Amino acid sequence: MTVPTGSTRPTGPTGPTTAERTLVVVSAGLSQPSSTRLLADRLADATVAELAARGVTARVHTIELRDLAHEVVNMTLTGFASGALAEALEKVTAADGLIAVTPVFSASYSGLFKSFVDVVDKDALAGMPVLLGATGGTGRHSLVLEYAMRPLFAYLHADVVGTGVFAATDDWSDGGGDDVKPLPERIRRAGRELAETVADREPARPVGLYDAVPSFEDLLGG
Amino acid sequence: MQFGIFSVGDVTTDPTTGRTPDDTERVRNMLTIARHADEAGLDVFATGEHHNPPFVPSSPTTMLGYLAGLTQHITLSTATTLITTNDPVRLAEEYAMLQVISDGRMDLMMGRGNTGPVYPWFGQDIRQGIPLAIENYALLRRLWTEDVVDWSGKFRTPLQGFTSTPRPLDGVPPFVWHGSIRSPEIAEQAAYYGDGFLHNAIFWPMEHTAAMVNFYRQRYEHHGHGQADQAIVGLGGQVFVRASSQAAWDEFRPYFDNAPVYGHGPSMEDFTRETPLTVGSPQQVIDRYASFREQVGDYQRQLFLIDHAGLPLKTVLEQIDILAGEIVPVLREEAEKARPAHVPANPPTHAERVAAARAAGTVGEQHVAGEDRWTGRTAEDDVEVTR
Repeated sequence: MTVPTGSTRPTGPTGPTTAERTLVVVSAGLSQPSSTRLLADRLADATVAELAARGVTARVHTIELRDLAHEVVNMTLTGFASGALAEALEKVTAADGLIAVTPVFSASYSGLFKSFVDVVDKDALAGMPVLLGATGGTGRHSLVLEYAMRPLFAYLHADVVGTGVFAATDDWSDGGGDDVKPLPERIRRAGRELAETVADREPARPVGLYDAVPSFEDLLGG
Repeated sequence: MQFGIFSVGDVTTDPTTGRTPDDTERVRNMLTIARHADEAGLDVFATGEHHNPPFVPSSPTTMLGYLAGLTQHITLSTATTLITTNDPVRLAEEYAMLQVISDGRMDLMMGRGNTGPVYPWFGQDIRQGIPLAIENYALLRRLWTEDVVDWSGKFRTPLQGFTSTPRPLDGVPPFVWHGSIRSPEIAEQAAYYGDGFLHNAIFWPMEHTAAMVNFYRQRYEHHGHGQADQAIVGLGGQVFVRASSQAAWDEFRPYFDNAPVYGHGPSMEDFTRETPLTVGSPQQVIDRYASFREQVGDYQRQLFLIDHAGLPLKTVLEQIDILAGEIVPVLREEAEKARPAHVPANPPTHAERVAAARAAGTVGEQHVAGEDRWTGRTAEDDVEVTR
């Protein structure tokens, strides 16, 4: 899904601009169709809508980890990213905001989800606005967001927004799930929080391996 | 352009026979491989340096010093010399000794090493890898270029009035390469000194190698050593060759599938597509390796890894014969045809470096011997002298 580029009007060097932002969505769902992907798309839509309400256009790039599974394992063995994985890692690293959604497997994020996080450069997510989501069979797994996912992204120094969204199977039914705080409301709130954080920042600049190499004099002096 | 081989000296079980050589056999095989490469006409033999099993080459200058006496033409080098965990004073001494013994038929490549525990085993911290490489090499250069060195730094005990011996051959230190796969700081270091930069690309896509080499070239020019395309570049590579492509694939596949590092990971089809590993006929190797200059520019040294993953000695010697007989002559001719006149064909030889140093007036004809103030004296005597 791609939102067309709007006109950009920088507000000057002191404040954030309405320049286009890039949201990267990582979905670790394995089945097709996948409720994890469904939740990921809804979270992306909510974030894009909330950004638009703030005059900021956003481009969304979605990464299905299922398509990269072999490359992820290969990278853990060889140390280098091949094919589409290299592109996916570049997108994640250059994102203005990240939406990360995993199914719950054995009381935690899926192994594939963690393996993908393992091959992301350890500094790539530092300071990045991140929205967390998870899916599972019942609401009894919902704290996985707080005891598994949030610590992982805290370790990576990501800026995780306060609201994470857990969707149980019941949440997708019409009258099912949570009557007081139904899923669409939680999605809107999470999207608003991510949008606020992203809109508050200057757009990410592409960072190359060679951008921050100190001069040799600095290396010698250091 | 130089073509040679490098060995990491791994002791690996041959997956087709289940046979594992012992350390002694592996060391002797490395010597045989190096001699064979010399006799076959390859330009370079380089040994790795490791301090943990299953690797045997812990003492490169012992091995290369012996080979200097046995071989005639081949340049003896390293891949790599650990600039982080070795004492730079010992490196200055050992490689100057090798330079003298080999009559200048050597150079060496600095690297940080990729085995975490080696740092604590040698009293260092891996998080200081780059600062160690920077400081130790700066000291090493001074020990080679200045007769008497007073020095203090962060990582080593200070030196007062220290002279590293033997002094470099003809007063000119060995040529140095710096190897790094993903640290631009090391490419910057190579560029700063006008040293060579070798990218051992065997596990990496060529686009990554090209970006790193290009960065080194730009910085080489920035630091005033010449044009970017005149910087001294080497690449690592990996091949397995037989007369027919199918024979090469069939024979190499079990070694690939069980190899340390990449075995049980990507398929040989994927890996040969993504990295410089080329398995096939001599013509396929020629086509692949002749194309790398299009990505990294005209370069001066291509090294091949051919003796790993449990390949038997006989097979390795056959690989050398095919490389030297059918592949290298063609690659060398194509490189020479493509190379612009202002780009060096080879890394500088010792004779060329001596001539350049004399022309620049940076070296005298004769080294003046120092006076021995130390032998037979004690610290107390020295206190008396300075009192």
